[in-house]
Amino acid sequence: MPTEPPKSIPESQATPKRPSRLGVLGRAFLHSREASILIAGILLVIYFQSTAPAFLSWSNIANLVVFAATIAILAAGEVMVIICGEFDLSVGMVYALAPFVMFYAHEAGVPYVLAIVLGMAAGAVVGLINGLITVKLHIPSFITTLGTLFIINGFTLTISGGFPVQPHPDPFIFAVFGGPLGGFPVSQLLWAVAITALFQFILVKTRWGLHTVATGGNLLGASEVGIKIAWIKIGNFMLCSVLGAFAGMLDCFRISSADPLAGGTDYMFRATASAVIGGTLLTGGSGTVIGAFLGAVVLGILSDGFTLSGVSAYTFDMILGGAILITMVINVRLSKLRAAGGGK
Amino acid sequence: MSEEALRTESISKSFGRVTALRDVSIRLMRGEVLGLLGDNGAGKSTLMKILTGFHRPTTGKIFFEGKEIELKSVSHARALGIEPVYQDLALINEVNVYRNMFLQKELMRNKFFQILDDREMRRLAQEHLKQMRVNIPSVDVEISKLSGGQRQAIAVARSVYANAKVLLLDEPTAAMGVKESAMILDVIRQLKEKAQVAVIIVAHNYAHVFDVCDRVNLLQNGKITFDRATKDTSVEELMGLVLHEMREAREQIEHPKL
Ligand SMILES: Nc1ncnc2c1ncn2[C@@H]1O[C@H](COP(=O)(O)OP(=O)(O)OP(=O)(O)O)[C@@H](O)[C@H]1O
Ligand SMILES: [Mg+2]
Repeated sequence: MPTEPPKSIPESQATPKRPSRLGVLGRAFLHSREASILIAGILLVIYFQSTAPAFLSWSNIANLVVFAATIAILAAGEVMVIICGEFDLSVGMVYALAPFVMFYAHEAGVPYVLAIVLGMAAGAVVGLINGLITVKLHIPSFITTLGTLFIINGFTLTISGGFPVQPHPDPFIFAVFGGPLGGFPVSQLLWAVAITALFQFILVKTRWGLHTVATGGNLLGASEVGIKIAWIKIGNFMLCSVLGAFAGMLDCFRISSADPLAGGTDYMFRATASAVIGGTLLTGGSGTVIGAFLGAVVLGILSDGFTLSGVSAYTFDMILGGAILITMVINVRLSKLRAAGGGK
Repeated sequence: MSEEALRTESISKSFGRVTALRDVSIRLMRGEVLGLLGDNGAGKSTLMKILTGFHRPTTGKIFFEGKEIELKSVSHARALGIEPVYQDLALINEVNVYRNMFLQKELMRNKFFQILDDREMRRLAQEHLKQMRVNIPSVDVEISKLSGGQRQAIAVARSVYANAKVLLLDEPTAAMGVKESAMILDVIRQLKEKAQVAVIIVAHNYAHVFDVCDRVNLLQNGKITFDRATKDTSVEELMGLVLHEMREAREQIEHPKL
């Protein structure tokens, strides 16, 4: 995986003049997919700070973190699904559903910690259904999850009657899952960072991650060596939906309200855009979770920056769309440069 | 010597309306190299994939070391010691060489969390490829950066590394240069002599087959039509059989009997 710097220089490539260790690390970073997106992010920050000095104020950074953290968590799951060669359109609806499962479970007397687990279990069930239909009935996941998207949305609207509900968690639960610290959304940020780190680790260092890449990179080949491709796909659908459920509940605690109209396709598209901006290929077999995290941050910077600059909501979407395209074009160019001398 | 490694009894395989194999019985002894010849579409790869556990036969039986067995999956077959090299190689382009070498048989630092032991896999892959004199820039490069012949060498090296009892090689030297294929044939000869490995090689190159195989089977239209020790036949005889089939086919076209 290109995200992994080589541990040592192979003898066959060793040149008489060995570059310093720092030099090797530096080069490896610049060659990594995450580098270009990080640089783009920094440039955007500089630009917005120069046009709107309030950009780097604490309250605005807090805004940005809230937005980016949620999308980053959704994107982590979407990355896994996309890498193994599938697509999940329904994750934004799971985001809206899970808080209600949790809320009603708590109403029924289940303690919050367990209710949160139940919310995530609901996500797992959705992921299992997405996976089973896709893998066992050979329906393209684009269609499968398009179907479940509407079903889940309808279900959430039905059980909620279309109205928001207000959970009243005890201070401990609130602090862990939703609480700001000194006005800053610390727990959100920590959850997003932790989940990104965990999933990047799973992707790059574990057997599950390797088999996910193998399944998306060469489906037939993976099954020919005995990788259980069905289970890899179903499992990643489940991970994605569980993360969607978790992100939904975090936001529910943060704003002390569960809205049946929250999340939805808007969040799903933003999560997917983050993954793609971060360097995950929609064709499968290649991607990074850290990249998706940075993609979510860049998307957040763009949204927030343009809002602060006083761009109207109508114009804003056009600019955002254009910005996504430009980022992508730059990204593709850079990865072509990186792959120069080899590649498919 | 002459213990049975693998045998099939009247295997047939249909894909929907296409019948790829009919009534195929083959027998492979320990320490024997069997050449499987036949035209494109004759069913060679299908037969190999049945023996690797990838396809289930429509009818027929498989015997491994004398006992009837149902190969439930590729992992099952690999656990028994049946190692495949597929015609399409089954390598993952986006993954580096050493991880491909251990794909699905990964070494792990932590079994419970399934954390990969990259350092050890890298070291062993490097050692093994060097021993097999496979010429690649580094075990850290992605497969996509390698040539067709290099990829083939990696796929063969992977199966050889696995300490197999039965090696199933589907056109292992098709993309290789003269030197590289001689190397592979050499390795096969050594495995058979030193380790009593049983090997089936699918090949289109008759010279290779006669060079390394003890016996040849000819597969035509899903049927075994010829089974003889290499020392009792010749390239000319086999060519004659294949061309005879071609002449018959041509006559069919020119003077259809209906
Ligand atoms: N998965 C499949 N689904 C449907 N038909 C298949 C499948 N695999 C093979 N076939 C058919 O079975 C027949 C035998 O194919 P096979 O790949 O075994 O031939 P082969 O002898 O290996 O040919 P080649 O020399 O070209 O590799 C062909 O007619 C092929 O179209
Ligand atoms: Mg074939």
